[in-house]
Amino acid sequence: MNESRSATGLKRVAASSGAAISARNLRKTFKNVVAVDSVSFDIAAGSTTALLGGNGAGKTTTIGMIMGLILPTSGRVSVLGADMARERHRVLARMNFESPYVDMPHRLTVRQNLYVFAGLYGVADPAKRIAELAESLALTEFLDRQAGKLSAGQKTRVALAKALINEPEVLLLDEPTASLDPDTADWVRSRLEDYRRKRGATILLASHNMAEVERLCDRVVMLKAGRVVDDGAPAALIAKYGRDSLEEVFLDIARGRAS
Amino acid sequence: MNRLSLRRIGAMIARYLYLLRSSWPRIAELIYWPAIQMFTWGFLQTYINGQASAAGVTGRFAVAAGTLIGALLLWDSLFRAQLGFSLSFLEEMWSRNMANLLMSPLRPLEFVAALMAMSLIRLAIGILPVTGLAFLFFGFNLWALGLAVAAFFVNLVLTSWSIGLFVSGLVLRNGMGAEAIAWSILFFVMPFACVYYPVATLPSWLQWVAWSLPPTYVFEGLRALLVAHVFRLDLMVEGFAINISLLAAGTLAFLVLLDSARRAGSLLQMGE
Repeated sequence: MNESRSATGLKRVAASSGAAISARNLRKTFKNVVAVDSVSFDIAAGSTTALLGGNGAGKTTTIGMIMGLILPTSGRVSVLGADMARERHRVLARMNFESPYVDMPHRLTVRQNLYVFAGLYGVADPAKRIAELAESLALTEFLDRQAGKLSAGQKTRVALAKALINEPEVLLLDEPTASLDPDTADWVRSRLEDYRRKRGATILLASHNMAEVERLCDRVVMLKAGRVVDDGAPAALIAKYGRDSLEEVFLDIARGRAS
Repeated sequence: MNRLSLRRIGAMIARYLYLLRSSWPRIAELIYWPAIQMFTWGFLQTYINGQASAAGVTGRFAVAAGTLIGALLLWDSLFRAQLGFSLSFLEEMWSRNMANLLMSPLRPLEFVAALMAMSLIRLAIGILPVTGLAFLFFGFNLWALGLAVAAFFVNLVLTSWSIGLFVSGLVLRNGMGAEAIAWSILFFVMPFACVYYPVATLPSWLQWVAWSLPPTYVFEGLRALLVAHVFRLDLMVEGFAINISLLAAGTLAFLVLLDSARRAGSLLQMGE
């Protein structure tokens, strides 16, 4: 995917509603368990938004529905104008995702893995794109090593390279720095900030790391028991709850101390 | 936008070839089991032929015994083609890569096309050398059967794909608990497909089951060719017609089970 195609896509989104991701009355039940209930939000193109909530709050289910991998019981979610339950293949080439709970084939080298995904995403010049990613994400020294033989930090960088292989307009990240040491986590956050600044991409992330959210995100959607309980800029939420940090706000909401 | 992309299919085939290339035991394993089977049944055939000659039984019985090794090679082709399809699919589950693929622009039918291609590649790697060994050690030349072999293979491969599609759909929907089905399902079919004996051997109430299975037509056709020297085109056409229906049903089952997995929310928790 070249720069002009990516830029054209972003202009198209901006020209329509300005929302890259739109969820309307999303509800998902698994048998008798309500995982997500009446969730609605719009995420502006070019913004970085966090889905926050404790374990079981509905973050992964919501991201799964945004990706189209989970079908909502009711409600609708669209990404770049496409209904993800019915026409996700129209926009999948313009999206990507990363999760520490998903791996790439261990016996393939990093280069082979990236070539495969470049082919799947229709990257015009895979060798050039892989070289760019290798340089910006410091992969060069282990490009020809098997993915299964990398350290956790190296694997995260490779997963990020896969997530950026098609220069996505929408990037979904599920706990992008989970299990990383502080130095590597900080490095990953810097790369995400660079990518968003250069490409104007829309980023939605689920995280348990409040410092990460405060640093990266323009906006936070707070979930509890499958429902949106608050929504706003990190600084605005901190002020609203009269706290010193987003972590304290999170604890207030999680423990039911919020007014 | 709805057209299948050869580039994406090619990327998936490259992914499986990279994997095969990375491990010589994986390649050796493809040849090892068919070779072991062929030697076991080849020596059994030699023994039966020897006993028949010693007892003064000639001609028809000895020729019929010669169908064992042919049936074995064809049965193994069916089994290997199905494993080639299912194992390539299972590789994605074992490596926890399925969500990456399903989130990419790869369409389900492109994924299926790549699995079909890998089924053929793995079958060729496993069976071609073994047919050479069968000729060298036991004088059985499968390829001397000419165009009939192509008809046999087309029917068997179509059956293997139908079963592979159904099993893959079950694994998508039910997770790795369904993995064992990939290994065992053909052995359930085997007694009714009449691999080593004619359909007439079965009780009459079971014969309709046998005739509902496409491989039965291939093995009956093989025996007709080796024993009576007649190529039964009618059997091949009937088997092909059932295979087309099975393939359509297998594809539909795969797509329905994938959709069901999306409803159940199981696609994000794939892996061992």
